Order: sequence, then structure tokens, then C-alpha cells
Amino acid sequence: MSVLIFIDHSEGQVKKASLEACSYGAALAGQLNVPAEGILLGTVTTDLSTLGKYGVKKIHQAAQEGLNHLDAQVYAKIIADSATATGATVIVFSNNLSGKAVAPRVAARLKAGLVSGAVALPDTTSGFVVKKNVFSGKAFAHVAINTPVKVITLNPNSYPVREGEGSVSAEVAPLSVTAGAPKVKVVSATQATGEVPLTEAELVVSGGRGLKGPENWGIIEDLAKALGAATACSRPVADAHWRPHHEHVGQTGIAIAPNLYIAIGISGAIQHLAGVNRSKVIVVVNKDPEAPFFKAADYGIVGDAFEVVPKMTEAVKKLKGIA
Amino acid sequence: MKILVCISKTPDTTAKISFTQNNTKFASDGVQWIINPYDEWYALVRAIELKEKDPSTVLHLLTVGLADTEPIIRKALAIGGDEAIRVNADSADPFYIATQIADIARQGGYDLIFTGKETIDYNGSSIGGMVSELLDWPYISLAVKFDLNGSVATVVREIEGGEETDEVSLPLVVSCQKGVAEQRIPNMKGIMSARTKPLKVVEPVAAEALTGIVSFELPPAKAGVRLVPADNPAELIRLLHEEAKVF
Ligand SMILES: Cc1cc2nc3c(=O)[nH]c(=O)nc-3n(C[C@H](O)[C@H](O)[C@H](O)COP(=O)(O)OP(=O)(O)OC[C@H]3O[C@@H](n4cnc5c(N)ncnc54)[C@H](O)[C@@H]3O)c2cc1C
Repeated sequence: MSVLIFIDHSEGQVKKASLEACSYGAALAGQLNVPAEGILLGTVTTDLSTLGKYGVKKIHQAAQEGLNHLDAQVYAKIIADSATATGATVIVFSNNLSGKAVAPRVAARLKAGLVSGAVALPDTTSGFVVKKNVFSGKAFAHVAINTPVKVITLNPNSYPVREGEGSVSAEVAPLSVTAGAPKVKVVSATQATGEVPLTEAELVVSGGRGLKGPENWGIIEDLAKALGAATACSRPVADAHWRPHHEHVGQTGIAIAPNLYIAIGISGAIQHLAGVNRSKVIVVVNKDPEAPFFKAADYGIVGDAFEVVPKMTEAVKKLKGIA
Repeated sequence: MKILVCISKTPDTTAKISFTQNNTKFASDGVQWIINPYDEWYALVRAIELKEKDPSTVLHLLTVGLADTEPIIRKALAIGGDEAIRVNADSADPFYIATQIADIARQGGYDLIFTGKETIDYNGSSIGGMVSELLDWPYISLAVKFDLNGSVATVVREIEGGEETDEVSLPLVVSCQKGVAEQRIPNMKGIMSARTKPLKVVEPVAAEALTGIVSFELPPAKAGVRLVPADNPAELIRLLHEEAKVF
């Protein structure tokens, strides 16, 4: 028996979302008194043995370049076979784009109950109950999985990356697979290199219609840059093409849970809040004291963004000693 | 060409979320129901566009739900589609739902199945993937662009940190999100014709629910906002650094 963690990679590296899945899977393995093992398909530059410090004992790697592009059908078969071969009783994925592509297939293949979007470790005192995000961040559900094999996908930024004591290294075991030819042909792939995906960002600066036009985004970008934050926006801003679609957060955009969310010139409509209300600290800058967003905020300034935001940027730079 | 679009009913985006029966049931009293936005705006509209391009295309809508989902499926038919199927069952377990959809897909001889990227109530993002596995078809998750040339689809999908353009022969399951199409408002003609479009009700096939909701919980209320004067943004930054310790 074991907990098997799917470790995904992009640009040849294991990213934060998978490290969270490792930490979560290792803690769950501890709870169940079984070892935590990882599975990685493809080749990476990350030294996989270092994942031992997150509590993963062994990593099964199918180091074939042909597996570097994630193909849901091919991946699901390999992961399901490997789970069966290693006797895994729980398979953990990040609920990132890779997890969303593969986890449901693995679950259906194994006829394993799936809970996607977990936000905490399962309660295993009686049965196996996982707390998950529902109603787009407006509530949680406690969901029981009733099958012997279970699949969980963990929401990004919901469980901290935890390094254990000392420097334990994980055993990297080659996994030989005869992957069927993928039915999906990858024509091209573009990576926004170096950018932190919005779902993984710890700090986010977001702008709304209150900024009046795309030409005014400099103040948002300057603050984000000073803080080392990612940028986001409200839906009308993306709809008007002031900002790219992938920055649109909310009920019909991306749901995020950063440590800090700064909303500038955003009214705080219920659909916007749904995507950001799991942020640990919310700061609102809005010239209207009646803006609904203040009710969901921890800190706020009632004022004109064009005056307030550059001063915030100055203060951050001063604090960080950036000239 | 036969296309199946999966439609789900969800509470309106402004609906107040609360629970009854000791937090085990969603309090649906007075709640407005809508077509799940991803199903309506992207999956359904793209399928309609494909049918407009090739009028020989057969477009069916499918929902797994009890009789109270019929207004939603009629509303979807008013936007487009030839006919609808309702599997007379209700479940919060994705495997149960996917089993029903896969069964309809097998019997109906469809070439292409569209779902929305997720529902805005259970946020599972799992039906498309499960259906594709049950059918042993390829699956493209989180598509932002979909084109069809004969029986070969060219799809752009969101991947970690970027986008990928794929080519794949039908049959295929695709989950759709923003970019695939633009929202359409049903017109009078559509609303009238939807009334007479066939809506077939079928009983579910035997399937197990592998998961079950034990209870719901609302997030704790915020303590209240702490306002900083507009002439002192530096104080806000100090509080974020020293008190909230977020950077
Ligand atoms: C089905 C559905 C789904 C939706 N999904 C989403 C979603 O996913 N995400 C989303 O964001 N929205 C979504 N919406 C839209 C949502 O209802 C709001 O319309 C939208 O969030 C408003 O965006 P905004 O706050 O940028 O603009 P507005 O509501 O126009 O607010 C602008 C704010 O800027 C303030 N302001 C103006 N000038 C200044 C200044 N100089 N300094 C400081 N503040 C200023 C104003 O006081 C105001 O509060 C959805 C709507 C529907 C119906």
C-alpha cells in the first residue's frame, strides 16, 4: 500500500504545485502509515532525488522524451497501471491544468472515487472524507470517497510546501513503459517562460474597470514588479481586451488563493469575489467607500488609484531597499 | 457529423449560497437556475457554429438531471441544437454522471462530445475526462480554440504556463472554456422553435456513486476591513509587511 503522487513538470522543471502535492501526499501517507511515492513521466532537469525532502520515498520515472508533452489518454494508462502495480490506495494530483487533464481519466479507469479541488488533508478517523472547494469559492463540501482506491486533486495554494528535517533523498526508480502512440498530435506549444502561473502566485495585484483603459496599467505593473507579484484583472477588463484573457479571475475566470490579493478599481461583484475570496489577505483600493469589495477586504484605502497606487509602489521599494 | 453537448444546471452566479438540513443540502428556495456558463457560452455556442458551417451536422444536447432541469434544457435548445436528451437521474458523483453520458454516447454514435470546463457549483472539471476514459477516446481539456476540418480537429488548449496546439482525429471529447466561442442571447425565433424540439427522457443505466457529499460548510466571515487614510499608503504597506506578514 502507498500514496502515489503525480509529479507534473513544465519547461523541464518540477513546479510549486507538484511540490505542494508531494507535501500533501507525504502528510497523508504519514496519516495512513504507508510510504509516499511519486510518479513522473518524461525528462526534467530538476534533480528528482531532492524531492525526498518533501517526504517522498521513491520516484518512479519513465524518462522518455516522447512523454514530455502531457497526453491525457497515454498518461492515464501509465499512471493507473503503475498505481495498480505499486498497490497505491490513494493517488494525489495537483488540481492544476495537468491534474485536470489526467486525474479524471485515471479515476474512471480504476473506478476510483474522485474528489477534485481538495483544500485540506482527508479526515480518516471514520471513513475517508475530503474537504473541497464548491460553489466557486463560496463554500466547502466534505465528500466521502467510498472506493478502496481513491483519487484526490489538491487545489494550488491550499497546502504549504513542507520540507522535512535533514536532507533525505528520494530513490529514483526507472519505470519502463510501452506507451501506446498518442492519438493527439502536438503541433506546437508556447510557454510564457519565467512567468509564475496566476494560480501559483503568492502575491497578486489586480486591476478593474476603474483604471479607465489599458494605457493606465503601468501603475499596476509597477506595483506588481516591486512586490514580485503576478497581475490579474476583472472580467470586463479582459472582455474589452485591455488585458489578456488568462488574467481574468472570478467565477467564470480563474479561481486563485494567493497570500495577498490587491484589488485596484474593482467594485467587488459577487462573481469576481467568487474567484478570489480564498485569498488569505485582501486589500482594496477604490474611490467609492460603498464599493462592495470593502466588505470582503482585510485592509483598504478609499481613494483615487492614480494617486494611491504609485505611493504604495514607492513605499514597497523603500521597504525593500530598491532604488 | 454528430455532436453531443453536455449541459448542466447551476444556481445563478448571484445566488446566495446557504445550506439546510443540518448543512447537508443546498438551500434551493428562491434560487434562480441557469445553464452552467461554460456549457452555454462556449461548448454549446461552438457546436452551433459548427452546425452553421456544415448544416448536415446533427446536434444533440444532453443533461443528467431530474424533471426540474427541463426549463434549462429548453433554454439551451432556444440557443440552438436539434433535440435534447435528459437522463432521469440526479447525482453529485462525477463517475455516476460520466457513466450515463458515456452510455448515451455509445448508443448515439456521436463523433464529438463537448463539455464546459467545469460547473460553477461542484467545480469538478472531471466529467469530460471520465467520459473520454470510459469511451477510450482522446480528451482535450480546457480548450480555448476549436476548429474542425473534415474529421480532424485542431484544438488549442491551456497547459501549465502556456498553450498547446493539437491535431486529433475524431471521435473526441473536449472541455471548453473562454476563447472557444462568444456568448449568444437566444432570439424570439429560437425560443419559439425550442418549444417543439424533441426532448427525450431516458432512465439511467445502473452505475455506482463512488463518492457522496457528507456536509457543506460556509467559509468564516471576514473580521471587517481596516481602512488606512488615502494620504498614507506607506502605512498600508507597513501593515502588510509587519502585521499581515504577506511579503
Ligand atoms: C454570469 C456572470 C459571470 C461573471 N463572471 C465574472 C468573473 O469571473 N470575474 C469578474 O471579474 N466579473 C465577472 N462578472 C461580471 C461582474 O458582475 C462585474 O460586472 C465585474 O466584476 C465588474 O468589474 P469591475 O469591478 O472591474 O468594474 P466596475 O464594476 O465597473 O467597477 C469599477 C470600480 O472601480 C472604481 N473606480 C473608478 N475609478 C477609480 C479610481 N480612479 N480609483 C479607484 N477606484 C476607482 C469604482 O468605484 C468601481 O467600484 C460576471 C457576471 C455575470 C453575469
